Amino acid sequence: MTEPAEPDFEVIVIGAGIAGCVAAYQLARQGRSVLLVERGEEPGSKNLSGGVLYSRGIQQVFPDFLAEAPVERRITRNYINFLNARSSVAIDYKDARLAEPANAVTVLRAKLDAWLAAKCEEAGALIMPGVRVDRVLIEGTRIVGVQAGDDELRAKVVVAADGVNSFIAKEAGLREKEPLNHLAVGVKSVVSLPRETIEARFNLTGDEGAAFAVVGDCTEGVGGGGFLYTNLDSLSVGIVVRLDDLTAKKKVVTDIFDHFLEHQFIAPYLEGGELLEYGCHLVAEGGLHMIGEIVTDGMVVVGDAAGLTLNTGLTVRGMDLAVGSAVAAADAIGTALDAKDVSQAGLAGYRDKLFASYVGQDMKTYAKAPSFLEVERMYKQYGELFANVLYGAFNLDTQPRQHMVKVARKSLARSPLKMRQLVRDGIAGARAL
Amino acid sequence: MKLPSVTERLTKNRFLLDEEQCHIEVNQEIAKATGTGQAIVACCPAHVYREEPDGTISVEYAACLECGTCLAIAAPGALTWHYPRGGFGVQFREG
Repeated sequence: MTEPAEPDFEVIVIGAGIAGCVAAYQLARQGRSVLLVERGEEPGSKNLSGGVLYSRGIQQVFPDFLAEAPVERRITRNYINFLNARSSVAIDYKDARLAEPANAVTVLRAKLDAWLAAKCEEAGALIMPGVRVDRVLIEGTRIVGVQAGDDELRAKVVVAADGVNSFIAKEAGLREKEPLNHLAVGVKSVVSLPRETIEARFNLTGDEGAAFAVVGDCTEGVGGGGFLYTNLDSLSVGIVVRLDDLTAKKKVVTDIFDHFLEHQFIAPYLEGGELLEYGCHLVAEGGLHMIGEIVTDGMVVVGDAAGLTLNTGLTVRGMDLAVGSAVAAADAIGTALDAKDVSQAGLAGYRDKLFASYVGQDMKTYAKAPSFLEVERMYKQYGELFANVLYGAFNLDTQPRQHMVKVARKSLARSPLKMRQLVRDGIAGARAL
Repeated sequence: MKLPSVTERLTKNRFLLDEEQCHIEVNQEIAKATGTGQAIVACCPAHVYREEPDGTISVEYAACLECGTCLAIAAPGALTWHYPRGGFGVQFREG
């Protein structure tokens, strides 16, 4: 393959999110000349996530990450909640082992990504904020750079880290329009509260944090869930709903969001708080099936742009997968640059490394999770069944008691759920998760 | 916490409005024929879209939070949507 005349950089990275910053950082540390282009006014200013980062991967890139980076709280309490209109059943899992070593932290991306971009700059990457890449430059089959307004910038390799909408991957023919069951919309508010109030309300000390994952009435039966995460002196609270179900049920997304925040079992956590910011984000939920072509001549696709998110029902992951994909991509690009072969074949190591890492392995392990989570019953009937069984046990109404199994059977008989659905979902769940 | 209206919520955000270029355009005919119009009104967390009495869809692009949900659900040809020009649009301070 012939080299382009004079590339301006060895690598141009589009998008200063987690994937883009980690890729730029790793490549700059290899001594490559790297340009990181970001359309936001500052790195981080376009970026938003639910807020929980499983941090082990990024700690491998930045060993002092937890001490240096602007992280909020270490998650030691995971609260998994079936929320019905007037009842709530939860598993409250708290574990000191999750604090040391830390496993997950809450983050606010405007702050975190600004820090990451500063690390890239320290490592020698050039950051260009406030610039939108309009298209990639293509010569023959090969991507040779980017165009932003009237400026053309050339590179040996382009990294598309432009997020879930990835116009770049679509334009390069690597991704098509996604079916709606592969996509969800997240709507989130950040609500400020005094530190002491958060610690008292969520039963936390020091920099411990809580993560609530909620299904059921919170989304008015639409496939998806609610979340509530503690930051140092604010809460990240919101919903994520699948677009196929949202549109089929003709629900108004902001009504669902309001319904969750105003729910009688959620509102008390927010009491006295002040809304600091309101945002939303498209979420890839297709899992393994959504990862398409991620390598072409002169370009690789990383992070959300590559469809790398994973909802297992218990953990919702994206940022850690962005880190893993960026590390794999930077390794493979380094090898390709050294071998002077940045064709699709030369860059193919990225896919291999990705699937050898926790990212690809976990995407495979949870390949069946998306279709399991499309089971309608998860979002209404199970929560009600659990609550009815417990109500039968706790509601001592002076009638003679019945054994739990009998109460459960009666509750099931009254529920629209059938025993065979319960068994089928149980088996499917065990296989998927 | 009394939940502010969507409009009030948006006033908490920092926006840099591109007064020269609107980044969203609805093809009214296709939007109407395909149902995209009503769908994007319901799906937009920022209430960018509104159905007017005459059935057309108006666009308040200044409020856009740039998630891309409308584009994902729009029928082919019903919506032109891209990111605002560099440096413009919503600028998250929390994220």
